[in-house]
Amino acid sequence: MIVGGIDIVSLTATLMGASTPVLLAATGELVAEKSGVLNLGVEGMMIMGAVAGFAAAVATGNPVLGFAMGAVAGALMATLFAFLTQKLLSNQVATGLALTLFGLGLSALIGKGYEGVRPPPTAKIDFGPLSDIPVLGRILFSHDWMVYLSLILVAVVWYVLRSTRAGLILRAVGESHDAAHALGYRVVAVRFAALAFGGALAGLGGAYLSLVRVPQWTEGMTAGAGWIALAIVVFASWRPWRVLLGAYLFGGITALQLQLQAAGYAIPVHILSMAPYVITIVVLVILSAIHRHGVQAAPASLGKSFHASS
Amino acid sequence: MSELLKIEGLTKAYPGVVANDGVGFSVRPGEVHALLGENGAGKSTLVKMIYGLVKPDAGTMHFAGAPYAPTDPRAARTAGVAMVFQHFSLFEALNVAENVALGMENPPPMRQLSGKIREISKAYGLPLDPARLVGDLSAGERQRVEIVRCLLQDPKLLIMDEPTSVLTPQEVDILFHTLRKLSSEGTAILYISHKLEEIRALCEGATILRGGKVVGSCNPREKTARELAEMMVGAELKVTDRAERSFGEVVLKATGLSLPPMSQFGPALKDVGFELHAGEVLGIGGVAGNGQEELLATLSGEKPSIPGTVTLMGKDISSLGPNGRRAMGLLAAPEERLGHAAVPAMSLIENAILTGTMRKPLTKNGFVDQAAAKRFADEIIAAFDVRTPGSHVAARALSGGNLQKYVIGREVLQNPAVLIVNQPTWGVDAAAAAAIRQALLDLAAKGAAVIAISQDLDELMEIADNFAALNEGKLSAPRPTQGLTIEEIGLMLGGAHGMQEATA
Repeated sequence: MIVGGIDIVSLTATLMGASTPVLLAATGELVAEKSGVLNLGVEGMMIMGAVAGFAAAVATGNPVLGFAMGAVAGALMATLFAFLTQKLLSNQVATGLALTLFGLGLSALIGKGYEGVRPPPTAKIDFGPLSDIPVLGRILFSHDWMVYLSLILVAVVWYVLRSTRAGLILRAVGESHDAAHALGYRVVAVRFAALAFGGALAGLGGAYLSLVRVPQWTEGMTAGAGWIALAIVVFASWRPWRVLLGAYLFGGITALQLQLQAAGYAIPVHILSMAPYVITIVVLVILSAIHRHGVQAAPASLGKSFHASS
Repeated sequence: MSELLKIEGLTKAYPGVVANDGVGFSVRPGEVHALLGENGAGKSTLVKMIYGLVKPDAGTMHFAGAPYAPTDPRAARTAGVAMVFQHFSLFEALNVAENVALGMENPPPMRQLSGKIREISKAYGLPLDPARLVGDLSAGERQRVEIVRCLLQDPKLLIMDEPTSVLTPQEVDILFHTLRKLSSEGTAILYISHKLEEIRALCEGATILRGGKVVGSCNPREKTARELAEMMVGAELKVTDRAERSFGEVVLKATGLSLPPMSQFGPALKDVGFELHAGEVLGIGGVAGNGQEELLATLSGEKPSIPGTVTLMGKDISSLGPNGRRAMGLLAAPEERLGHAAVPAMSLIENAILTGTMRKPLTKNGFVDQAAAKRFADEIIAAFDVRTPGSHVAARALSGGNLQKYVIGREVLQNPAVLIVNQPTWGVDAAAAAAIRQALLDLAAKGAAVIAISQDLDELMEIADNFAALNEGKLSAPRPTQGLTIEEIGLMLGGAHGMQEATA
């Protein structure tokens, strides 16, 4: 199926892979923001996940250990952020920005020896005859396990937030930390956990970039994916399935512009490369214009510091 | 076992203040016991200790015969203590059932819980729909959510912190009916309030707190409201002097004034209209959250309205901002002292400049005249008996009552033609409240027009010439306060917001 020199099936198949890092990071950030904390350090946590995952995979030869290490590195960064903002009550915006800069710098330092090294490959799952189904086989059954894990995580986050007591408490803390505290819930502990989970997913997304997408280590390789993840959470008005939609939309445009370049369209390369970002911004603006008159979906305590002083 | 809760020598100190000093009292099963005291007397700290939110420094508690020292609210709930908060414990974006589940230790699955909520709310005459968002409920309905949440746990002791401050008189009746029913079933109720008539109607015992100490206990049914008030304040109360006033011309007029909601769950103003005469005090009553903030914002110029809706002395001021209106003599003091009426981190002098510069010569060629500003601030402090080390201290260092006197004084001393105040005595001790009310009356006696927006109906009856009710963004036609009964006011306020008792 080829339209205007673009193969739609292969485009759909690539966009799932292209979207996975941003999808993972955005799902994690969604959980953190639902607990009422705005962590702008997604970019920093992703790139730390990328370098730590890469290093662990190269050292052990096992990509699964690499992904695990990436998640741990992201969670550690998030815990640092949680300690600063929840215990020492530092400003969340400034601390998040600092976390990004810190992550970019530290990852460059750690990654010095890994430039030009190839990581152990992450195998695609063998679905046997299923992948031979025309169209659907290529789209649904041709990916590595991380793509499927990211989809499962979206479903799990959606279910936990909607239907479990833990999810209810998390949302309650994000809505009104004073009320949650008055009822005896441990606001700071809930937020630590949510932040750590968000950091782990961001780290996982970073590791996917360096181990599967690229796959090698280069300095600053996240190239703004963390910021896109933050924007997608707003775009999705804090709903997991819409995060999936937003991430695939962004990934789709990224994949499309690569194919347009390959198909030799006479559009300057620079315009094509910036298209995903420009379109994300445009969609965000349109959505927030619509939302102004509708229900505001942001958690009511988002970005506010909590101290149990009263 | 004759006592359900027995407290001895409970002490809690915060840096710079002893909130509770050796407090002791006891409550029997089924007793409705009042905790009486002014703001800052230590009532809230005391019940927070009973509910496990605050840890006492010294003293012992016994509950149902066993030593009782809850480490957190969960422990208190497990022991059988439940609490209905004045505010801060509901989640607006969650529905009723979710809110109830959050206040329970082991909630059943959501579907069962919804059934239980319907059942118990019916049994106690508090109808509730479990699926509705709390943000869409009225204040009275929100309180039902809190009460039902408590009742689902079969508490032995129910603590109620100022439960009636947000209710209409009819809703208060329904609440009292529920409380009496609970008490007859053996549930003890610890009732915190400073509304004396309510306590006399409801409670069998009372403990009076002043400055963190127990200063007396009594059977409130044997005392008059005045005696109780004097025990609470520790001094004789002054009665405000309401001199005869004559009305002049219409100074402020609103017609067809509408405003979209300022926040997600906030009300919209709908077609508000009134006429205000020189020398008149117009009291606007209503439960908070029915458009009070919006009304003040649009009258003060913070939220300008459509041209032709607000006129001051015949001139259309609808599109003017606050400074334009100040220059013409319309001043306002909003409800929130810290952050809206005053900047917490700025000194009293700087705060005086913020609203005073239009009508007082506090600036010269664009530069602040520090000496003149200090004189103005000192003048306010002297005239309104503001207790502060000086005009250089930050606004947030003042107690609520003192800061309130300061922000009201700042506007009064600018000789307004029209002054609009929202909740002028909210959270202010009785002596300061009396002083503020007197200042408003004196201002009107000098010919200014005053709009007092308040939840405190007794206050409005005391100072207002005419009374109008603000309910869901609509303002009723003003009626003279002389001869207006509390039942009539209740109906003007929307009665029980369409909610009837299920059991009669």
